[in-house]
Amino acid sequence: MTDVESRPGTSDVVRRRPVQRLLGVSTVWIALVLVVLCVLFSVLRPDAFPTLFTLQTLLIEASVLLVLAVGMTFVIITAGIDLSVGSVLVFAGVIAATLMEALSPGGDASAAGPGVVLLGLLGALAGGGAWGLLNGLLVARARIPPLIVTLGSFGAALGAAQLITDGVDVRTVPRALRDGLGFGQTAQVPHMVALAAVVTLVGAWLLHTTRFGRRTFAVGSNAEAARRAGIPVRGHLVRVYTGVGLLAGLAGFMSLAYFGTTTISGHSTDNLNAIAAVVLGGTSLFGGVGTVFGTVIGVFIPAVLTKGFVIVGVQQFWQPVAISAVLVAAVWFDQVRRRSRDRA
Amino acid sequence: MGGSDGSPLLQARELRKSYGSVQALRGASFGLAAGEVVALIGDNGAGKSTLVKCLSGVERPDAGEILIDGAPVVLDSPTAARARGIETAYQDLAVAPDLDPAANLFLGREVRRPGLLGALGMLDKAAMRRRAAEEFARLGVTLQDIDVPIGSLSGGQRQSVAVARSVVWASRVVFLDEPTAALGVVQRERVLDVVRRVRDTGVAVVLISHNMPEVLAVADRIEVLRLGARVARFTAADATLEQLVGAMTGALAHEEDR
Repeated sequence: MTDVESRPGTSDVVRRRPVQRLLGVSTVWIALVLVVLCVLFSVLRPDAFPTLFTLQTLLIEASVLLVLAVGMTFVIITAGIDLSVGSVLVFAGVIAATLMEALSPGGDASAAGPGVVLLGLLGALAGGGAWGLLNGLLVARARIPPLIVTLGSFGAALGAAQLITDGVDVRTVPRALRDGLGFGQTAQVPHMVALAAVVTLVGAWLLHTTRFGRRTFAVGSNAEAARRAGIPVRGHLVRVYTGVGLLAGLAGFMSLAYFGTTTISGHSTDNLNAIAAVVLGGTSLFGGVGTVFGTVIGVFIPAVLTKGFVIVGVQQFWQPVAISAVLVAAVWFDQVRRRSRDRA
Repeated sequence: MGGSDGSPLLQARELRKSYGSVQALRGASFGLAAGEVVALIGDNGAGKSTLVKCLSGVERPDAGEILIDGAPVVLDSPTAARARGIETAYQDLAVAPDLDPAANLFLGREVRRPGLLGALGMLDKAAMRRRAAEEFARLGVTLQDIDVPIGSLSGGQRQSVAVARSVVWASRVVFLDEPTAALGVVQRERVLDVVRRVRDTGVAVVLISHNMPEVLAVADRIEVLRLGARVARFTAADATLEQLVGAMTGALAHEEDR
């Protein structure tokens, strides 16, 4: 054995300084990438990039994806995946929109009041939560791999949304919702962004300071060890997938408020964008490792690249190329880290 | 002989367990009294680990009885066994490699903050870390760093944490499945020290080991498994290496059952 282990005495337990701990985390490096990108675009176009307007639109456009990605972080930390979030988002939006139309005279929800809007929100959450619950039960109870379960609900939720609407987008969305949430802002802070920020903060609190979060890490790190330690692994997975469904429902409602229509065909790659953001942020696809902070960074790197390319005048089709390269590098980094850690 | 037949704390009678066509246990019996160290030995595939899994609630036997204080019990989950004061350090360690040692010590027993925040589920990380550092110090587990994922520790350190976790929470019985397999000389001695100290507090220890000198040094009694059944029982003071090996390999006759 090593000399360290054979050292006598009982006070060998030391702690690394917080700075050292921080620098060991891949999130810090990916955050630096984001900072460098922002500085770079600001230097290239000081008149157009570092402006309040750019910041606001950047944040608004990222807020729906951020809500999805916060939920996805939990799932991926359990060593799972959820391919269905984009379809569930659409389904929840359709439920909310059709519900609000049905509750309005003449089937036109444009003038609907706050009561109807609130019921629409509950409808969206119920629709999203139901798909999440189904995903969770199939993953945890029927023990079908999450990739397959959520690939199934990816297709089924979108199909169900199209069945409800005959494939035609619902177009009457309450003005109160559009003005209040979609375009509303208080003290220069768009309400969409505030809502996404609250979701993110609650998500970070839940993941990093509570028993629920600790057990999410434990289940993803070693499910059998968690089971033997008395953690109800299956129930926990059901709760995690249901939570993602609820967040997808909320995202669907936000999308409805922002676009003013159900955008049925506009979310086919939301799942991949959310997964890419989470992985970019240092969360491991193998489970057990991840942070909400990293996910926030992972959402904003593609967003900043897109915005920056447009402003600087680079052909914006370079954005997916750049993102993919960073993504693959991030996963490679994770692999190397794991290999060097699991030395025994 | 120990008090296993006088006042048995934990008893297994005629346990059977098959995995597909493989019979891991073919009527295995086992007995344990409070405050004794019993070594469970046997060749590879004798059924030691399966027996421990049945007695710690990880696996359910196909047939047979488990009794605690003479009363039959059903251990249908690890939680059920733990609720009765039975803890286990598994051979495969069963730790979460991405969590730090303190988090692993408190896995499934997370301490929450007092008051409203605790009711909301917030952890008292500082209290858990403090208690973990105390327990590791008390048990002689030395770690350079208490904040790193357990997966980055050496095999020996990981094993020490797994042993510490079982010992800290056990109130009646602790199973140690090959607790010294990955350890160096000094750490091995420390684990054996811990075993003696735990026994002195009245907790029974079941030690599974391939190391005969270690078994003879620390155990009060020795039970031998062969081909899924108990074939011999010894008092450690009277047993010799030859007898143990003979029983393990089948050179000695079958014990007359019960």
